Amino acid sequence: MRIIDSLVRTSRRRSPWLFHLNAGSCNGCDIEFVTCLTPRYDVEQLGIRLEGSPRHADIIVVSGPVTRTTRAAVETLYAQVPDPKVVVALGSCPASCNVFAGSPTVEGPLDRIIPVDVYVPGCPPRPDAIVAGIADAIAILAGGGRT
Amino acid sequence: MTLGRALLQLLVFPGLLYAVPVAWLMLWMERKLTARLQGRIGPPFYQPFFDFVKLLAKRPLPRPPLQALAMSALPVLAVASTLGALALLPVFPRGGFGGDLVLLVALLEIPPLCAVLAGFVSQSLYGELGATREAVLSIAYSLPFLAALVALAAAADSLSLSVISQQAMWQVRVPALLALALCLPVKLRVNPFSVANAEQEIYAGATTEFEGPRLALWELAHGLEWVALTGLWAVLAFPVAGAAWPLHVAVFVLISLALVLVVAVAAAATARLKLAQAARIYWQWGFAVGLVALVVAMVKP
Repeated sequence: MRIIDSLVRTSRRRSPWLFHLNAGSCNGCDIEFVTCLTPRYDVEQLGIRLEGSPRHADIIVVSGPVTRTTRAAVETLYAQVPDPKVVVALGSCPASCNVFAGSPTVEGPLDRIIPVDVYVPGCPPRPDAIVAGIADAIAILAGGGRT
Repeated sequence: MTLGRALLQLLVFPGLLYAVPVAWLMLWMERKLTARLQGRIGPPFYQPFFDFVKLLAKRPLPRPPLQALAMSALPVLAVASTLGALALLPVFPRGGFGGDLVLLVALLEIPPLCAVLAGFVSQSLYGELGATREAVLSIAYSLPFLAALVALAAAADSLSLSVISQQAMWQVRVPALLALALCLPVKLRVNPFSVANAEQEIYAGATTEFEGPRLALWELAHGLEWVALTGLWAVLAFPVAGAAWPLHVAVFVLISLALVLVVAVAAAATARLKLAQAARIYWQWGFAVGLVALVVAMVKP
């Protein structure tokens, strides 16, 4: 059994698939996030794939302060991703609501709505920081993630 | 064909034991070549294997019983029928049985049918869109695909794959192989005919709602389709007669991998067509090539 466990752990570490959710972001973090897939950073060499469907994902990357209109989508989407899963808060908005704090249309920060595992602060964070944050998320995922 | 030989073909070569690692290798080749042509480094060669294990280890989501059953059974059926098709490939001469071409065509048609059913049974909007596109395309590419195979059967006067691969005339075989090669990208759902699983457009098409182990089986079925279809082309294009078995195996494997290279490079160099454009190409150009093969086969002396 131990060999199967270690194989599963290795394969989780080698093949994390991401789902990107924009919860009312200004698109700044989203542009930096997509940069990670370009030739300069090329996260596919780590086995990372950006998936279109939450059913295929292991890591949910959320940007934006979670507005009133996106809250239901965030909750639904969190339930749609099969276990084990890890949530990454991308940028300052999901961590603290940033400049939108106190707005009547904002329901964040993200950790009030779903559990968050990794924060990548920045407005927007650099692609290097995003890759480092995803690496932290991968380590949590390999250990079993959030179930 | 004896039972022992049938089992050997199904389980060892060109079946399970050969096909599964080569399916992963071909999936990796496609991703790696795309990455290299885009100036990226791309995934390491063990990537599809770890993807498969990781997906198997994910916990499936709770679903209504009938839907769960259908969503598990359809990918299993796709994997099983593709393995069956692989076992029928006449890599070695004097194998097979009369009429195995008909069985091969039927088995190769089952995975697209499963994908269509899977799209609808998953009750996702994107799954249904993907399933509709898959159905329209399968009608479109079946015309040149079947025309080419019928022409080959007529040219060899036989429905046995090993007889066809050894005896079909080259003036029939060349247009027939061209038509079959034209059908490869659409059957494998890669550019420019990646209409049915169009990512960024309808997410993952028919498999959008599939998660964990069910998705792992779809990925495996997709990889096996790569092995089966390139293998079919390889045995028809390079028949080896009267040589030792290692030569048969080597030619089969090398031609299959070379064909993957060509299909992957073509996919990386092109953009996706619209559904109507893709269907029109198969109805017009695909069928024109298939028709040439048919006419030449029919008017043979």
